Amino acid sequence: MNNIFVYCEVEEGIVSEVSLELLTKGRSLASQLACQLEAVLIGSGLKGVEKQILPFGVDVLHIADDARLEPYTTLPHAAILNKLFAEEKPQIALMGATPIGRDLGPRVSSALHSGLTADCTSLEIGDHEDKKAGMVYKDLLYQIRPAFGGNIIATIINPDCRPQMATVREGVMKKEKINDSYPGTVKNLEVSKYVSDLDFAVQIIERHTEKKKINIKGASIVVSGGYGVGSKENFKLLYDLAAVLGAEVGASRAAVDAGYAEHDRQIGQTGITVRPKLYIACGISGQVQHRAGMEESAQIISINSDPEAPINSIADYVITGDIAEIIPKMIKYYKLNTK
Amino acid sequence: MKGLKIIVLAKQVPDTRNVGKDAMKADGTVNRAALPAIFNPEDLNALELALRVKDTVPGSVITILTMGPGRAAEIIREGLYRGADSGVLLTDRAFAGSDTLATSYALAQAIKEMGHFDLIVAGRQAIDGDTAQVGPQVAEKLNLPQVTYVEEVLKVEKAAITVRRRLDNGVETVKSPMPMLLTVNSSAPDCRSRNVKMLMKYKHARTITEKQEATEDYTHLYDNRPFLYIREMTVADIKADAEQLGLTGSPTKVKKIDNVVLQAKDAKKLNTADEGINDLMKELIESHVIG
Repeated sequence: MNNIFVYCEVEEGIVSEVSLELLTKGRSLASQLACQLEAVLIGSGLKGVEKQILPFGVDVLHIADDARLEPYTTLPHAAILNKLFAEEKPQIALMGATPIGRDLGPRVSSALHSGLTADCTSLEIGDHEDKKAGMVYKDLLYQIRPAFGGNIIATIINPDCRPQMATVREGVMKKEKINDSYPGTVKNLEVSKYVSDLDFAVQIIERHTEKKKINIKGASIVVSGGYGVGSKENFKLLYDLAAVLGAEVGASRAAVDAGYAEHDRQIGQTGITVRPKLYIACGISGQVQHRAGMEESAQIISINSDPEAPINSIADYVITGDIAEIIPKMIKYYKLNTK
Repeated sequence: MKGLKIIVLAKQVPDTRNVGKDAMKADGTVNRAALPAIFNPEDLNALELALRVKDTVPGSVITILTMGPGRAAEIIREGLYRGADSGVLLTDRAFAGSDTLATSYALAQAIKEMGHFDLIVAGRQAIDGDTAQVGPQVAEKLNLPQVTYVEEVLKVEKAAITVRRRLDNGVETVKSPMPMLLTVNSSAPDCRSRNVKMLMKYKHARTITEKQEATEDYTHLYDNRPFLYIREMTVADIKADAEQLGLTGSPTKVKKIDNVVLQAKDAKKLNTADEGINDLMKELIESHVIG
């Protein structure tokens, strides 16, 4: 009772990365709180999938296996969690900040009247004193997340309601197995006791996976390249950096005209205007037309072999040198300092 | 087919995307005055989606529901200029400090008072909180099916709607019975602009509070044109349980706020040396700009 629960996403027998990352975080929180780590797996054809989950230090794995439960739809998954959580009374429930977790989490938190914090970047255990009420709360989950467009960092707590729920984005927590033969127990749920036919009102008619649309406007970090990047091949460095930082790749008009990047990525007066938290300009000289599309970025890093490039005058950081040397170092030191 | 009754949930938000160098004060706090209040961007996508349903099913009626302070009536007018038919402003001091759950409860209670509806459309998330929670929570409170991350309505039938969802790695076509709630992504079409005729028709649309505070007297106008009333609802109108509202009704509490200092300084100059780049990445991670 009062354990930590992680909702695991599964598709075609593969448990998602973010779920395994959350199990790792859940394991360390459970050890700190001296409680057990439990996981919930809802899907179809789940025989053997426990082997992917138990090694992360899961003490109890609840499995709901039914052909109607995959692919994911909201109502049956919510119905299972609502009833299971009402029975098991977890103190903490975690899920991925994915389209599934962000669809399911609020539905469950509303049904259980428990607090949910979306997109946490850090989870810690700590106490809280409510001086007005004269109450001290021990061992609460601190749910830490950026808010207000990333301009503030808020620590959220749920003093009174359980479970304390949080979602976390993929890649935020690290993933670490405990032991391949960790002695966890599997409990198979009798699905018909948890869902009713009414829960299958929404039908999936068709689904297919495809590449994500480019969304530079909505990106909080933009890695952008200019003519100075030198070639389409060199642009791959920018994609590597963007992938690591969770950024989008943009380009100057000169780079687009030279064929280094697609037209959809063009930033500037005749392209897209962006105001990200961080704009990394690689090999961009910084003509007025380009600056019009990015000069309101909160912070600007300019990487350029020319120490006198005009863009340097509006940059917060100027790195003089070859991008082929600098970008791999940025990736290296980013990774070293985060995990 | 009979026209649909559609409710669009919308929020007035500070424009956090417009965070320029003057948006943060020297002490690192947010300079709210430098951020204009706008129609939450994805709620505009939601409005456009509703307008397209109205285009396909003539006779449909769109009502914008927003919760906020008195000035949030601005976004209702904005919606009327773009093709919505009416608006409701849910406003009361008792709502102050609401988290997503208390907000959803108040909205759901208001919707129950608004009478029959077929479809509720909301933006996926608001840019001041980015939680994406209010849509699904309102659906749960009203015991409705929900479909999130919607990009396009493909088909409207009697008591059923088929939509396309845009997910991280692909698309999904789903069919749901109505009444239901859907939330709309920014990948959906942008909202049409103001219609000049509508602008003329609704430019004097006011809530009762705004009318009382107005310096000019348009009483004669309102007598002849009841559509100029923007309905105002307070706690008293929605039969709400006070325990579930505002700060008291919010399970989540803010324990602490740390400011991210985005102040521009004189440019720091670096070269290809490892140490400088290491320090830069460390600094950006510590100030939560990246990571």
